[in-house]
Formats: sequence, structure tokens, C-alpha cells
Amino acid sequence: MKTIVIDPVTRIEGHSKITLHLNDDGEVENAYFHVTQFRGFEKLSEGRPFYEMPSLMARICGICPVSHLIASAKACDALLAVQIPHAGSKLRRIMNLAQVIQSHALSFFYLSSPDLLLGMDADPSQRNIYGVAKARPDLARGGIRLRQFGQQVIELLGGKRIHPGWIVPGGVSEPLTAEKRDEILKGLPEAMDIAQRTLAWFKFILPRYQEEIRAFANFPTLFMGTVNEEGAMKLYDGKVRVVDANRQIVHPGFEASQYADYIGEAVEDFTYLKSPYYKPAGYPDGIYRVGPLARMMVADRISTHHAQAEFEEFHKMDEWQLQSSFHMHYARLIEIMYCIERIEESLRDPDILNPRVRAFAEPNSLEGVGMSEAPRGTLIHHYKIDENGLITWANLIIATGHNNLAMNRGVLQVAQHFVKGNALQEGMLNRVEAVIRAYDPCLSCSTHAVGQMPLKIELHAPDGQILDTVAR
Amino acid sequence: MATVKTFKINDEDVSGREDETILQIARENDIFIPTLCNMEGLSSVGSCRLCLVEVKGWTKLATACVTKIQEGMEVYTDSERLREYRRMIVELLFSEGNHICAVCVSNGRCELQDMAQILGMNHLVVPYRRPNLKIDASHERFINDQNRCILCTRCVRVCDEIEGAHTWDVMGRGIEATVITDLNEPWGASQSCTTCGKCVQVCPTGALFEKGKSVAEMSKKREFLPYLTSMRGNGKAK
Repeated sequence: MKTIVIDPVTRIEGHSKITLHLNDDGEVENAYFHVTQFRGFEKLSEGRPFYEMPSLMARICGICPVSHLIASAKACDALLAVQIPHAGSKLRRIMNLAQVIQSHALSFFYLSSPDLLLGMDADPSQRNIYGVAKARPDLARGGIRLRQFGQQVIELLGGKRIHPGWIVPGGVSEPLTAEKRDEILKGLPEAMDIAQRTLAWFKFILPRYQEEIRAFANFPTLFMGTVNEEGAMKLYDGKVRVVDANRQIVHPGFEASQYADYIGEAVEDFTYLKSPYYKPAGYPDGIYRVGPLARMMVADRISTHHAQAEFEEFHKMDEWQLQSSFHMHYARLIEIMYCIERIEESLRDPDILNPRVRAFAEPNSLEGVGMSEAPRGTLIHHYKIDENGLITWANLIIATGHNNLAMNRGVLQVAQHFVKGNALQEGMLNRVEAVIRAYDPCLSCSTHAVGQMPLKIELHAPDGQILDTVAR
Repeated sequence: MATVKTFKINDEDVSGREDETILQIARENDIFIPTLCNMEGLSSVGSCRLCLVEVKGWTKLATACVTKIQEGMEVYTDSERLREYRRMIVELLFSEGNHICAVCVSNGRCELQDMAQILGMNHLVVPYRRPNLKIDASHERFINDQNRCILCTRCVRVCDEIEGAHTWDVMGRGIEATVITDLNEPWGASQSCTTCGKCVQVCPTGALFEKGKSVAEMSKKREFLPYLTSMRGNGKAK
């Protein structure tokens, strides 16, 4: 038995490694995706006043702090047991949409476009955002601009781009001004133009990646995502729908507070990341995926015009294609389009300037669950407090966690397809990493490398002797 | 009638009444001396030691907030030695408690945070103690988070000298010292507390704050204090 270790996995957010276990014929027999970091937020929040939770929990992530702010604030809303003012929830929704735009832009343009534009086998020294900027300056510039737009919306609403304290239990801390609304509206046409151009380019290059589409975590699983009563895709609130690989409804939609009835969390000894599974199907058969692709799978439609047209075209693909996690990239671009359209819709609503944006209350419930769709999928925060409002227990299920089983299976599939242990090539191993990148995992959410991190893969013989090494 | 004394601060001629302190005269002359425990309207205790100044001919440093002025004295409020001592004091305050500014209710409005910036303290050379301190949230309106307490004792003094309740006091010695309510009972069970909230308003950090405040939302109102002090004619407060 030989083992190949990819450590660290690059161009993702967080720290992880992959080990590939080869049999005596050099074929991949097993593969593991190890998340090698431990955070402990559930434990360290114990004893803290629940009003601190949104900002405390936002520190989980520097890329998607807004997602945590929202899920956490919603859990706190449940503790207050109040109805938050409409303008407050609409403003939170806009910030969430902006967050999805900037995070998707980061994932697609900064982290994955080097693979897509330059090729999986391109020179690793060029296979990064700088290489993209050299080969297609318009593409790189568009990606940077789109991310900037999302971040600027967050800053205009919340005062700063990373970890804004604006989303609070009961709503938001400040109403929106007409000047800020107009400033955001001004940026929308350019953002839409970039989204449309990029999507057109992506659809153009798709035929080049048929082999990857076939092998990139392309297997039947359940899918989980949020929809409204009419089955339209939702990112801020709604019910969690579960469908099977053929988009047949397995569960029409459960509420945030019911999550524990449907989601179990298994623990494996090779990773710090738990492995959530769909409880009714058991472990590990209850494997499911969340995120952009899952949202395309669970929704019957998208409520905005342009995104709906793309959604319909997306679903014209053959059924076997839709199972591929490679299409998370595709789904991400459609979602960027949806977010831009939805921001405009929300800002055109005259009620958006309503100064009543926050409900005040003492805690009225000792337990609360908050849920929203983060860029990477369904995000759940669950808190319990004592009579004085101090946290006694917290449980978080982060989007990347939901995908853990699928990422592991995806790594195995892509490794079995591309890696031949007797003749290691860098491009093979890049594909193993690229399948992880397709999920855009946010492992710590605090670090992300731009292709410059040293990556060393060693091939070990059973006696520990190094047989082969590939280094970047 | 108090005698007027003339002396020098940083080589400039200044004067004040004999019952005034170096800190008071420095403030009257717009000369900055850092302090965290001192507060206009409350008695001075000289506990934070940030206001240490050099006096020509004195072998020891003097705490400006409790040292009375003297005729002809030459005071220096700024030197490399003083800057180093003051930075070290603030460093020790940060290392002693759990001051996580980013998630604190007083972020951006905290005197300890401001002081660290003023004194150029941007990292610690001593290790964090990371004490495991409890939060008392039993009061209906306020929270006492001992993780952020720097033992300035402003709460103790305002409660005693202005409100007259003396709910707060200090228990324990040295590193174990802590502020308590009544006989170390939960604040919410206090018989003496009038829920006036003065302790919360004078607290320099996020140790005492109002319930329901999220991160960076706790702004403290202190304008009331000199007025209340003069209304009470409180002899203890200087």
C-alpha cells in the first residue's frame, strides 16, 4: 500500500490535506479529505451574552462573515421571539445577496478560473489569478470588479467590508439612506454586464471539460437547499427542501427549528470536520450536497428574469451532467446574476428606507435556531441560553460541513479517474484539488492562498521510503 | 484662603491652588497626562499608575492625580522612561484580562483601547493570562463582565460617593482582586443597588454595560458626573 499526500490543498479557504491510498498496482484504492484545523467556536461562546453572538460568530470567517451574522442574528431573533421590522429583514437580505456576489466572485475568478481558463495541466507558476490577468485581462478585471461591488455594498450598508457589526439581534442597527441606496443602484448595470459576459464565456468553454464533468464528484446524492412556499430559490429565508438525484422531492421543506430531526452529524477520526447526513436515510447513505448546485437542483424556479432564463437553460443539460459538482461553477454564475437582480428589486421597494429596522426585546425563548443560505450552502446556528441570556450551548452546521461526505467521495472518484500512482504528474493532482475547489470549501474561512503556497506530494512505499515527489 | 503655587510642567511656568494636584493643573494647561482610574467628579486613588510623572530632584516617580503641587517643583510628563512604563502598564492590563476588542460592546468607545493607541501599544511582550472569569448577567438591566475589568474602581467610587449606595467594593488581593456587588452576591440579588446605572456609565471598558447592546454599541454618558458632584457638595470627590 502506498500513500500520496497533498498537503496543503491550495486555492481553497482554510487548511486541509488529501491522502490517496494506492494498491500494489498503483491504482487509487481509497482517498481522504482531511480538514486539519480545529476552531472551537461552539465551546468558546459558552457563557457569553447572546447579544454578542452575531459579531462573535462572524469571526468564524473573513470571506463570508455576513452569512454567519445573518444565521446568528436569526437564531437570536428566535431567542427574542419577536417579529423583526420588514425593512430590517429586507436590508439584511440585501447584505446577504452582496455577500453571495463577492464570495462567488472570489471562488470563481480568483480560485477556480485559473484551472478553467489556463487548463488543469497548465504550468502551476502561471495557474493563478495573475496568470489569468495576463491571458485574459478583461476576465480578471471583471472578477475583481464584481467582488469589489459586493464588498462595497456590504460597506455601504454596514460601515465596513469585513465583520460589519450592523446586523444585530432584532434587525439591523441603522436604516438605509437614499444616498447609499442610489450609490448601490449605480453599480448594478456594470455588475450585471460582467455576470452576463462571464456566464457566456463559461458556457463557451464548457465542452472542453467533458471529462472533468464526468469525473468531478459526479454521482447521485441527495441535495438540500432553501425554497419558498412556491418552490422558488431563496437565500435569506424559507424552508429547507430535500430532493434526490433526479430532483424528486424527498422532503418538501422543513423549518430551521426542525433541523435536528433531519440532519445527523457523524464524526470520523481522520478529520476535524463533522460529516452531516440526512437522518432518515441513515449514515453514510444520507450523503447530500448543499450550495449553488444543490440550490439549482432543489428549486423549481428562480424568481428573477435573467437568472430564470439561465436556470431553464441549465436544466436542459443531460441528467448525468447535473450530478457533477463541476457544475457548481455554472450554478455560481447564475446565482451571481440572481443576486444582482434581487438587490435591484429590493432597493426599488420604497419601504427599504423605512427607519424602523430593529425590534427590541428581552429574551423570550431559551432556545433558538437561525438558518440562511450562505454562498456555499445552508448554514445553521442553534443556541441555548440561561434565564439571564448567557449562552449555555451552541451548535453550528456550516455549509462546507454538509458537503463533507460528498467531498470525500468526490476526491476518491476524481483520483481513481485521473491519478495513476506509477507515473505521478502534477496536473493529475491538481484535478484532485480542483474537485475540492468546485465546492469552494470554507474550512477556516480566514485564509486563502493564491496558488503560491508550496505544495508537496510524496509517494510513500509501505516501508516509509519516498518513491516519488512532486513539488510546486 | 488657598495659597497659589507657581511651578513648572515641561519647563513651562504654571500655577495653581495649593490643594490642587499636578494632574489638575496639567489639564488646565492642556498638557496631556494619561490616566484610566481618574475621573473628574470622583475622588482620586492613584491606582492605575498611568499618570506617573518625573519631578526634578525626586528619586521616585509621582502619581500626578494624587500629588499636590509645590512651589518651584519641576515636573516632566513625558520621557522615554515614562512612555515605556506606561506602555508596560497597559500591556499588563491587556494580558491580565480577556480584552477582545473586536467582539466587545465598547469597541471604538473604550478608554483602555484608546489608551493603547495613544501609547503606541500594538502588541504584548508578556503572555496572556486568559483567566476563566464568569459573567454576572443576573441584573435586569446591566451585565458585569469581569473579563474586561481593569480594577480602576470608578464603579466603587461613583456608587459610594455620588449615589450613596456602596453596592460595589473590591474583594481579594493582588492578581485575585475583583470588584463585587454587596457581599459577593449576584448583582440581580443586590439589596443595596438602586439600578441607577452610574457605575455602568463611568466604567472605562466594556466590563459594565447595558443589556441588549451588541458589539460596539455601548456608548457611555458621563456629562452628568461633575454636575452631580457639585450638587452634592461632596467633599470626598476632587
